[in-house]
Amino acid sequence: MQEFTLSQIIINLLIATKWTIALSAIAFVGGGIVGFIVMVMRISPNPIIKSISLIYIEFFEATPLLMQLFLVFFGLSILLGLNLSAWVAAAIALTTYSSAFLADIWRGSVEAVPSGQWDASRALGLSYFKQLQKVVLPQAVRMSIPPTVGFAVQVVKGTSLASVIGFIELTRAASSISNVTFQPFLVYSLAALIYFCLCFPLSLWSKRLEKQFSYAG
Amino acid sequence: MEYTPQFSVVWGNIGLFIQGILLTLQITLSAIAFGLILGILGALGRTSGNAIANGIAVAYVEFFRNTPFLIQLFFFFFGLPSIGISMSSWQAAVLALAVNFGAYSTEIVRAGIEGINKGQVEAGMALGFKQLQIFRHIVIIPALGNIYPALVSQVVIAVLFSSVVSQISAEELTFVGNYLQSRTFRSFEIYLAISLIYVGIVWFIKAIAILIQKRFFAFTQYIN
Repeated sequence: MQEFTLSQIIINLLIATKWTIALSAIAFVGGGIVGFIVMVMRISPNPIIKSISLIYIEFFEATPLLMQLFLVFFGLSILLGLNLSAWVAAAIALTTYSSAFLADIWRGSVEAVPSGQWDASRALGLSYFKQLQKVVLPQAVRMSIPPTVGFAVQVVKGTSLASVIGFIELTRAASSISNVTFQPFLVYSLAALIYFCLCFPLSLWSKRLEKQFSYAG
Repeated sequence: MEYTPQFSVVWGNIGLFIQGILLTLQITLSAIAFGLILGILGALGRTSGNAIANGIAVAYVEFFRNTPFLIQLFFFFFGLPSIGISMSSWQAAVLALAVNFGAYSTEIVRAGIEGINKGQVEAGMALGFKQLQIFRHIVIIPALGNIYPALVSQVVIAVLFSSVVSQISAEELTFVGNYLQSRTFRSFEIYLAISLIYVGIVWFIKAIAILIQKRFFAFTQYIN
């Protein structure tokens, strides 16, 4: 029977933190790409395209992330006859989850750009996508940065749920170690501390950006 | 192999689903009631001008907003008993949800209190209102009206978070899903049905919220 020393517990938790960071990065980048497409669909003048993205956003915003994970991991596996690994399932579920929230955040920023900007660029003869690309998005991006950074905190925290379907990241490692060492108080406190060290700087950064932009604007 | 979804597993166990919905509502409402008290206390600490009270409130808010809910839940349910504080999974679930809700609502309530115009408080004093009357009529009720939309979003988040408490075997809607899934293996149908039920609960809460807004906080459109 192996005894865990404090430093071994910390080292093992930090090794698992690597996977929390990797999953967060995949979900955030993947969610950003899909979310951008969903956002463009959401502000589209075409009512059918618009309602598809509306339903997409509403579904992912009004269901628990845990349920989305179960749907992908258990549901899709059965429905499509695939054998999804916990890693792939978690990446898919967190990507779709992030994409819906990011699409909603970015839609808010695009709609906050005064409509005169659309009118003026149309009067200059720009096509719809040129209006979006050259005039509206550059202004919307500035406004969207603070809430986007703030949402990164939600993604990092969200990855802890991937432990439930068996993906080994920080929370899963903490559960396993606490089962072996019988020191749940210590182990979960350390895990919480590591999450705090990941999330708190992002929160502070988001708050500072918000202040900077509100002075500038 | 072709898989044919069969939703009879959902209709056949409709009673269990309804029980799950009621338990989810019960757990969430209890947590919100306690959480709101924590949030108001936290906001009073944040705006009191007392450095110690402010420091405690800031530490509380930042700690619970920057750690995952699942870890908080495990800490309460598995961690606290090892230092002699035991509780049932139901109690741990309500406690964890309440403390989490309290941290977010502290910042919401604080913003509401800070949004109150000082001139109105002075006007209340000039009219001879007592301290408590000023707090009730000029500070709290208008502040609640201003922060109401943000609080409703937080309530929705609490409902969605409550699914996580199934992980410490607290019985609610997601727990029902896991139970049925393990017996029937109809995971796709069951989890899809439960997802849609959550959408329904969220819409229901939003609809009630709009009714309450119209009934009690219609004045906010005049004071802003």
